[in-house]
Amino acid sequence: MPHTGAEILINGLIELKVEYVFGYPGGAVLPIYDALFNSKLKHILTRHEQGAAHAADGYARTTGKVGVVIATSGPGATNLVTGLANAYMDSVPLVAITGQVQAGLIGKDSFQEADVMGITMPVTKHNYLVKNTNDIRRVLEEAFYIASTGRKGPVLIDITKDALMNLATDNSLNIEIDLPGYRVKTEGHPRQIHLARKLIKESQRPLIYAGGGSQDAALVLRQLAERYEIPVTTTLMGLGVMPSKHPLNLSMLGMHGTPWANNAVQNCDLLIAIGARFDDRVTGDVNKFAPKAKIMHIDIDAAEIGKNVPVDLPIVGDAKAILSELLDSDNLTHKAWLEEIYNFQYHDRKTNIPLQEICKNCSYEGRKNAILPCQKESTLSPQKVLEHVGGVLEDELIVVTDVGQNQMWAAQYLNVNKPHSFITSGGLGTMGYGLPAAIGAQIGRRQERVVLVTGDGSLQMNIQEMATLAGYNLPVKIILLNNGVLGMVRQWQTIFYEGRYSQTCIGSIPDFCLLAKAYAIPSLRVATENDLEPMTQALLADGPYLIEVAIDPDESVWPMVAPGASLCEMFYAQRAITPAWKR
Amino acid sequence: MDQVTLAVLVRNEPGVLSRVSGLFTRRGYNIHSLAVGPTEDEKVSRITIVVKEEEKRLEQVIKQLHKLVDVLKITDLTNAERVEREMALIKVHGEKRSEILQIVDIFRAKIVDVSPKEVMVEVTGDTDKVDALIYMLDSYGITEIVRTGKIALARSVKN
Ligand SMILES: Cc1ncc(C[n+]2csc(CCOP(=O)(O)OP(=O)(O)O)c2C)c(N)n1
Repeated sequence: MPHTGAEILINGLIELKVEYVFGYPGGAVLPIYDALFNSKLKHILTRHEQGAAHAADGYARTTGKVGVVIATSGPGATNLVTGLANAYMDSVPLVAITGQVQAGLIGKDSFQEADVMGITMPVTKHNYLVKNTNDIRRVLEEAFYIASTGRKGPVLIDITKDALMNLATDNSLNIEIDLPGYRVKTEGHPRQIHLARKLIKESQRPLIYAGGGSQDAALVLRQLAERYEIPVTTTLMGLGVMPSKHPLNLSMLGMHGTPWANNAVQNCDLLIAIGARFDDRVTGDVNKFAPKAKIMHIDIDAAEIGKNVPVDLPIVGDAKAILSELLDSDNLTHKAWLEEIYNFQYHDRKTNIPLQEICKNCSYEGRKNAILPCQKESTLSPQKVLEHVGGVLEDELIVVTDVGQNQMWAAQYLNVNKPHSFITSGGLGTMGYGLPAAIGAQIGRRQERVVLVTGDGSLQMNIQEMATLAGYNLPVKIILLNNGVLGMVRQWQTIFYEGRYSQTCIGSIPDFCLLAKAYAIPSLRVATENDLEPMTQALLADGPYLIEVAIDPDESVWPMVAPGASLCEMFYAQRAITPAWKR
Repeated sequence: MDQVTLAVLVRNEPGVLSRVSGLFTRRGYNIHSLAVGPTEDEKVSRITIVVKEEEKRLEQVIKQLHKLVDVLKITDLTNAERVEREMALIKVHGEKRSEILQIVDIFRAKIVDVSPKEVMVEVTGDTDKVDALIYMLDSYGITEIVRTGKIALARSVKN
């Protein structure tokens, strides 16, 4: 029996083992929603297309599957753009399906027409405009293949309404992929692997710098680090690749990285970058980055090699395959190097006061305490609250963050012990990503506890998704760090603009607990130590919960490397005191 | 700034030229000239791009182009034995027609249109030759010029 384009699409998604799609209906996709009506495909209805895109993204990041999002033509499709750009920057596999006006109406400024292919070209790995029903199945197959192989990324398929409504004339639907220009390299070149072994053996002070591209290779990366005793620092996107408390884990590097991670970068003699892209937030002044090191760069995207820093040994291919090959030598030890890292004493450069006692051994607690508190005594510090959350939920935690200070504190103070479990907008830094992404994450991993760490600015950017959260009764715990300000921007105004707080105070409206009530989500306000016990209960509740924590607007993220400065120049403060520094 | 000539074979799909030119805009690479046309295979088009960039960015240009799904093959013709051609049509005031004719002859160019006031000259050759002819004709008063981008093909292997 011949099928309509929309039926072919839905059946194709099912054949591709898609379980959930995220989306929002409209005129041009009515045929898709009609075909969906009686299908076994589960659809999550968000309240905004941006929410649907981020939810599909969160789902993809936590499951490793391709996230699917559907939107209508014109405004539906343009609402996806931020979600696509976000997924593109962080290499997340998404397939976005948008309706387009009928082929005959294209180019006539028809109702809800937009040049979606043109608009999304720079923010997708590839995109299609499909006008012929017979092409739908093949294009879907190709889109999934492109999205999920090589360096992953979003692919958009724009389908005209008539192609969705028409019957296929070709009954033996061709699903043969036809992509002669798309090649994926997985195995590393044997010569490069050989040279890599040699570099590792010769190095006295090696350091692994693991990015988002190493998430799939977490297990073998850890084996490699342990066997050759190589300390590991991760980017924001690489968190979870090594368990937070692993003795070889130096935690995050870069602008808000730990002193010992940044110090190790500046003093290592071999930097092994794995699925990382030398972003400016990581390198600081790129000319002063890892000045004593040879750089080995393992990446599946050849274009990343040498993009930002010159590389001594590139290995293009899949990190897991390459690291497995490097795992065949005898154990190595680097005792002296590790001791040097752990004993590193951090001094404030301007005042020359040792601002912290770095631990004398490699105990995790000691290291963590060294970058602790900068809170005022009167209020609960965000750091303390987050450590409490981590303590309650420990191992089964999936952390989703928004953007700003909340994101950095979550990265610094919550333990992440598994890969694919720290979900954050790294490349684009999209405020409003958190709530919908947490929804997608919880749908992807039903049995695990999803905690969203967000700010009052970010949460309001996609607040409408509270309805989605409540409607599907997803047990996401929202930790809202409410400082009444756009904290991270304000922090920069404190430091770089003499405290001229232009447009960063957003005040005490709305009352978030009342708002939660409107969405039928229970809530709790946390202000003092005494509230931590009820907070524990809230964290363990069955359904969704909003936990609003009142924090001081002067709380800041430390340590910090000023943009464009070298990683040696870290600044640190205690108790919400801003260190005196000028650029 | 270095200059390279790239032959980029692409799938003849809608939007492919936007993809290529968009990539240059987005990453801030400089296109010096660009010429597109069909090839012996109707599914494939050939884009000849002359890029002016710093050496270390040129490698990036090629790698980024490779990532476009519709790009089939990229050949860097800069150091290859090759034939390069550009074409120009030049309208010039015709008062000193015999002098112009002489110059046109020297350059093995052609007069392709004549009116009482103007002549139109057609020239093909490498960039230098076209530049040189334009320079020579300039003093007679050029009223309009159209130039194609450069096209290039590697020479066949001899013997
Ligand atoms: C969509 C978007 N707009 C603007 C910004 C710039 N920006 C970065 S952090 C930030 C403040 C975030 O405030 P909030 O969500 O309250 O978090 P906080 O820093 O206070 O924890 C802003 C405005 C952004 N990252 N994303």
